[in-house]
Amino acid sequence: APLPATPNPEYWLSSRQTSEKDITSYNNFYEFGTGKTDPMRHAGAMQTRPWTVAIEGEVAKPRTFDIDDLLKLASLEERIYRLRCVEAWSMVIPWSGYSLATLLKQVEPTSKAKYVEFVTAVQPEAMPGLNDRIIDWPYVEGLRIDEAMHPLTMLVFGVYGKMLPNQNGAPVRMAIPWKYGFKSGKSIVKIRLRETMPVTSWVGIAPNEYGFYANVNPAVPHPRWSQATERRIGDGFFAPRVDTLMYNGYADQVASLYAGMDLAKNY
Amino acid sequence: MSTSGAMPAKWSAKQVGRIKPLVFLIALYPVLRWVWLGFSGGLGANPPEFLIRSSGIWALVALCLTLAITPLRRLIQQPAVVRLRRMLGLFAFFYTVLHLLGWALWERGWSLASMWDDVVQRTFITVGMVAFVPMVALAVTSTQGWMRRLGRYWQTLHRSVYVIAGLSVWHFWLVRAGKNDFFEPYAYGVVLVVLLLFRLVYVVRQRGAHGRQ
Repeated sequence: APLPATPNPEYWLSSRQTSEKDITSYNNFYEFGTGKTDPMRHAGAMQTRPWTVAIEGEVAKPRTFDIDDLLKLASLEERIYRLRCVEAWSMVIPWSGYSLATLLKQVEPTSKAKYVEFVTAVQPEAMPGLNDRIIDWPYVEGLRIDEAMHPLTMLVFGVYGKMLPNQNGAPVRMAIPWKYGFKSGKSIVKIRLRETMPVTSWVGIAPNEYGFYANVNPAVPHPRWSQATERRIGDGFFAPRVDTLMYNGYADQVASLYAGMDLAKNY
Repeated sequence: MSTSGAMPAKWSAKQVGRIKPLVFLIALYPVLRWVWLGFSGGLGANPPEFLIRSSGIWALVALCLTLAITPLRRLIQQPAVVRLRRMLGLFAFFYTVLHLLGWALWERGWSLASMWDDVVQRTFITVGMVAFVPMVALAVTSTQGWMRRLGRYWQTLHRSVYVIAGLSVWHFWLVRAGKNDFFEPYAYGVVLVVLLLFRLVYVVRQRGAHGRQ
């Protein structure tokens, strides 16, 4: 279904956009299987209405939002972000949504709210991947509060001017463009503000491979592959890989969040 | 006429040789499939990744088929089936070379320095490369000429195929470790163990038979 959004020129990457077909057929969404085409094939069974997002924890006004209220909470912007997967490929995607901060301000985080946790839906009858037990379901991701309040951190409802297809995390997901893609939780049902750092799903599985921060960093390799370059999806057989940029090219906006931190340790 | 009633007639080397072109074509199926998928848009959003993974899988399949020849010929009592083994072994080598070239081109951009870094820094690449080196030796010495020249050492050398197979499954296992997704490497490991057990049982039985004489 169409989802009108107003282009926001402040967040407008000029690179060639990845095709809608590639964006919607090459996904990591393990609830539907570990293969890249599994989400496209299985996610249709997920029920996205009715849908609520509960916001709880360290907030003055905990509240459960209906998805249709979230869609009306602020005017939808179209932003073109680069998505850099930890697997060393990237896409350029026109997302529709608004800054997560807009939503968080509604519930008034308390002074104890140091971290934000995002919880993905669990629908056993629709999600064959839940049987794989790769992840201790539900899928959980999280941010430091200053990262969550950063205007780049986006609550996403649509792509290419349409409602998100299920395989891309319908009806609502995150987009955090300076971090590896796995940080952007999909099909979110709960947002919990906490005083302590959550144990996010991939950190729980392989803490030596995936860190809580997961900032895109060409200088810090993954144990099993280099992060110095990436393959741009859709560039064809003979296109060379492109250099990965620090913070995925968003260093001007976010580098100050990590001033003084050892990025090799806090990967 | 064979006197041992139940025993099937033995196929001659020539008879087995006749089905070789057919086996050759079947072994080319993965290549034909890639070409077909390439022209029909079936390689997905990330064709290099697809081809690197696919060639690796088919290399492993060909290796398992190569190792299945000996148990098969004993099982069906047709020793001449061994005539298919070299071709299957060379197909395993062929798909391994494609797998390696895919990595060199699409992952390392033909940069030798970058390839070396990968081999030195990453266990799964190291293991894969260690498996590849003896494979080259086996492919080179697979000819009649080399069999003659090496004499009894030929078989000793070619027994390293077990080491290659073990390393290959380990390589696959390490690749999948990140996703905790071990079903396929596990399945290939089981196939390999079964093929090896078959040989062990055969050797033990042969010894037993000799012992009773």
